Amino acid sequence: METPVKAVPPDAPAGISRRNLLTYAVSAPVLTVAAGFSAPDSAEAALPLTPPDTVDFFDLGDAVTLTSLPTMPLVRLSVGKTGRVTFEMPRSESGQGISTALAMMIAEELDVPLNMVDVTLADARPELLVNQLTGGSTTIRSFAGVLPLMAAQARARLLEAAARQWGVSASSLNTANGYVIATDGRKAAYATLTLAASLIPAPLNVVPKSASQYRVVGKAAGRIDALDIVTGRKKFTLDLPVPNAKPTMVRRPPTILGKVISVNNLGTVKAMPGVIGVCVLPGGGAIVPIPPGVAVMAETFGQAWDAVNALDVTWGAGTIDGESNASITAKLKASVPPLGVPPVSIPLLGSVTIDAEFEMAPLSHAALETDCAIVDVKRDVNGNPVFCEIWAPMQTPIAAAQSVAIDLGLPPTAVKAHVISAGGSFGRRLFWDPVQQAAQVSKALGYPCKLMYHRADDMRHGRMRPPQYHRVRATTALGQVTLFDHRIASPRLDGRHGFGDLVTAAVAAVPSVFQQTPGNLGVEEFLFKTMVSSPYNFGVSNRLLLPAPIVMNTASYRSVHIQPTRLCEEIMVDELAKALGKDPVAFRLEFLRSPRAIACLKAVAAAGQWGKVMPSGFAQGIAVHQETRSYTACLVEIDARPAIAGTGPALVTKAVIAIDVGKPINLSGIDAQVQGALAESISIVLSSGLHVQNGLPLEGSFSQYHFSRNRHYPKDVKVIVMPPNGEAIGGLGEVGLSASSAAIANAYARATGIKPRKFPLFFPVDFTPFPPGKLPTRPMLPLPA
Amino acid sequence: MTIQNFSVNGKPVSVDAPNDMALLWVLRDKLGITGPKYGCGINVCKACTCNVNGKAFTPCSTPVSAVRGQNITTIEGLAADGTLHPVQQAWLELDVAQCGYCQPGQIMAAVALLNRTKNPTDADIDAIDNVCRCGTYGRIRAAIKLAASRMP
Repeated sequence: METPVKAVPPDAPAGISRRNLLTYAVSAPVLTVAAGFSAPDSAEAALPLTPPDTVDFFDLGDAVTLTSLPTMPLVRLSVGKTGRVTFEMPRSESGQGISTALAMMIAEELDVPLNMVDVTLADARPELLVNQLTGGSTTIRSFAGVLPLMAAQARARLLEAAARQWGVSASSLNTANGYVIATDGRKAAYATLTLAASLIPAPLNVVPKSASQYRVVGKAAGRIDALDIVTGRKKFTLDLPVPNAKPTMVRRPPTILGKVISVNNLGTVKAMPGVIGVCVLPGGGAIVPIPPGVAVMAETFGQAWDAVNALDVTWGAGTIDGESNASITAKLKASVPPLGVPPVSIPLLGSVTIDAEFEMAPLSHAALETDCAIVDVKRDVNGNPVFCEIWAPMQTPIAAAQSVAIDLGLPPTAVKAHVISAGGSFGRRLFWDPVQQAAQVSKALGYPCKLMYHRADDMRHGRMRPPQYHRVRATTALGQVTLFDHRIASPRLDGRHGFGDLVTAAVAAVPSVFQQTPGNLGVEEFLFKTMVSSPYNFGVSNRLLLPAPIVMNTASYRSVHIQPTRLCEEIMVDELAKALGKDPVAFRLEFLRSPRAIACLKAVAAAGQWGKVMPSGFAQGIAVHQETRSYTACLVEIDARPAIAGTGPALVTKAVIAIDVGKPINLSGIDAQVQGALAESISIVLSSGLHVQNGLPLEGSFSQYHFSRNRHYPKDVKVIVMPPNGEAIGGLGEVGLSASSAAIANAYARATGIKPRKFPLFFPVDFTPFPPGKLPTRPMLPLPA
Repeated sequence: MTIQNFSVNGKPVSVDAPNDMALLWVLRDKLGITGPKYGCGINVCKACTCNVNGKAFTPCSTPVSAVRGQNITTIEGLAADGTLHPVQQAWLELDVAQCGYCQPGQIMAAVALLNRTKNPTDADIDAIDNVCRCGTYGRIRAAIKLAASRMP
């Protein structure tokens, strides 16, 4: 079969057969190295060079891309009889825009309007193995090579079908707007060709478009679900009309992971209006323990809420009773080996040593959609489970479905899991705690269970980014940074989701009663080693992660270890520059390793007028960052006058952000992700955190957990998306966090002279905490006058 | 049995619900109207924002008895005749939404603001307290201003 000859894009896999894909898989890291990560060039002349680390050769995105490739032939892209194109995406959409970006790639190759492409979320498909985990900003990277090929193959088959119908050669035909078009003007809609095309074998000699042919990719497109969103039609998990699914809420312990000893008024609560049933959540759990609590199923969530509060439960101890942020930090601090006696600083000779300690409060993922799931467990006449169906936002649906199968004593084939668009995720839905609970409730009470966490429980008993303690030393000699030693202690980060499949999840979990295991430690260190890297030549650069044996409900949070680690490093860079009497931008330009990082830094410095005179109490701050093969820099202006910062958080008034993802897909989506990351940075640097006190966070709602609002977001924000530069595509979703976080901290330091050390910087308990246990009382407001 | 009579998006409804049940659960669990979202249940996050007499209110913290005889508008009723409200149109053009969960509430808050003033100031927009965890605030501000410029 003949197809139009197209140039091979430099970053695309060369060829299309499965064998070629596998060849590409094997050679990818080598190509990546050749693409500019190992050989020093003129931009890397600073000495002493930092030896390359893992991320320079192989990062999490590479790992996901490589391990996903063998199962990519199982991923489904189809052109239906209506001419609509459907991609069953084996990933989770939670607002990060991957559905729209992948739809654009498909529309590009298939020559169909974007609104003819549907991207659905694939049900859990165990045969995909590790190719159904959403995380680490890896989705677009893992599909950038194969998805255009799949779409180009589909197009070639449609062309061939038309060619046979018309008795012409396929090479004489073209495609546009969902039609095959002949030179004589004849047109055939894809809809009329799909049946014939389906009988034509997939051609092997198809090459996707080159960048110069793009009409869709690299432009700005609105989200493909935008109309559904603005009209209220978009369905999230709890909006689904699953027949007979009953609202369920859970009474949770007064401290994290406290145990149920007894329920003392079961009869009373069961008799309350609307209540269908009450059940104590059992222990156990195949991969992760089922969270403790007492579930109430009712006709409405309002009645379930009332009944949960009416429960009289005797509770046993939790895992961190008596612990608070301060006591946990003290333990973390004690677990980090001391750095030894610092060398003497002689700034005039370019010899400086800076030691610093940083503390990060725990963070709630605080997705606006709280943890939730619908689970329907079908039972036989004896009440034994025979089948289970799950609807939930899940980043690891295979591991979720299979572990629930084990929990219920079902074969894996008897569990069907539907992945539903999430109302935000930020890492929280790597775990399936609400699914586990809903499965147990449905099994016990015999109805499909529609389980929802109250916001207070989502913040207090949901998973969190664990608190961290950082100890850092930087040493310079003759004006060069010769040593950068960074040690990080943190309660163990739960990694028992593995890589989304049951095997690595099971390895990470064994034995599941303990959060830390060699497998979990392996996942945790793997993430650290394959995600975090320094953009600088800082001589001997050590980064050490020291997980501490403190058991709390944790999960990866957007960018995992990167944001806190890089935040500290960028603060240190500003302090080093100051100690050596150098300008922060000039100092960075001297030590940055990558020309792309340099270009981003220069772009924001120019657009943001770096160095302009600011009134007292105001300042600029700047930072640069690299992550998942993308580069970014951020410049902010801050108002930290006492009138502002004395009464609340300092105010970020302006931001300029440059982002280089190598090959932009959706300019609107890229802008949205970095702006969202800016809003998140404003929050977690200045005002958002959890006060764990006596084994429970005090924060229980957005009136207490101070996430930014309209008034905290700068009115002057400029995002510069760097044009495609021939480099391989980088990740995006998490990349925006680190530079904007550090720019804010550095601006605060320059405005106030106060060294930023404890995050968030403004962290009073300026509210009356809800009492532990019961859910907060609902206000009864009159209608607006 | 306590029957509550009111209208949703112009359609009369009659529901059996106790006086003190939050309107949000009457809408979502009894009437299947799921545009208004749960985010906090205590009038903080504002994800459930709807309008009554053109003004914003939160059904999570309003007892159903308070809306007897009233007509409330949810996100589903904003373009009831098939024509998008200028706020919805601006939201589409500026590609405001990310995950979309808070957006029905954001849009209803914006509509209520434009009902009150045709020329909203930055301070007016700052006063909208709806949480957007994805951080779409920059585009929300721009979309409100764009919609304001087109309001009849």
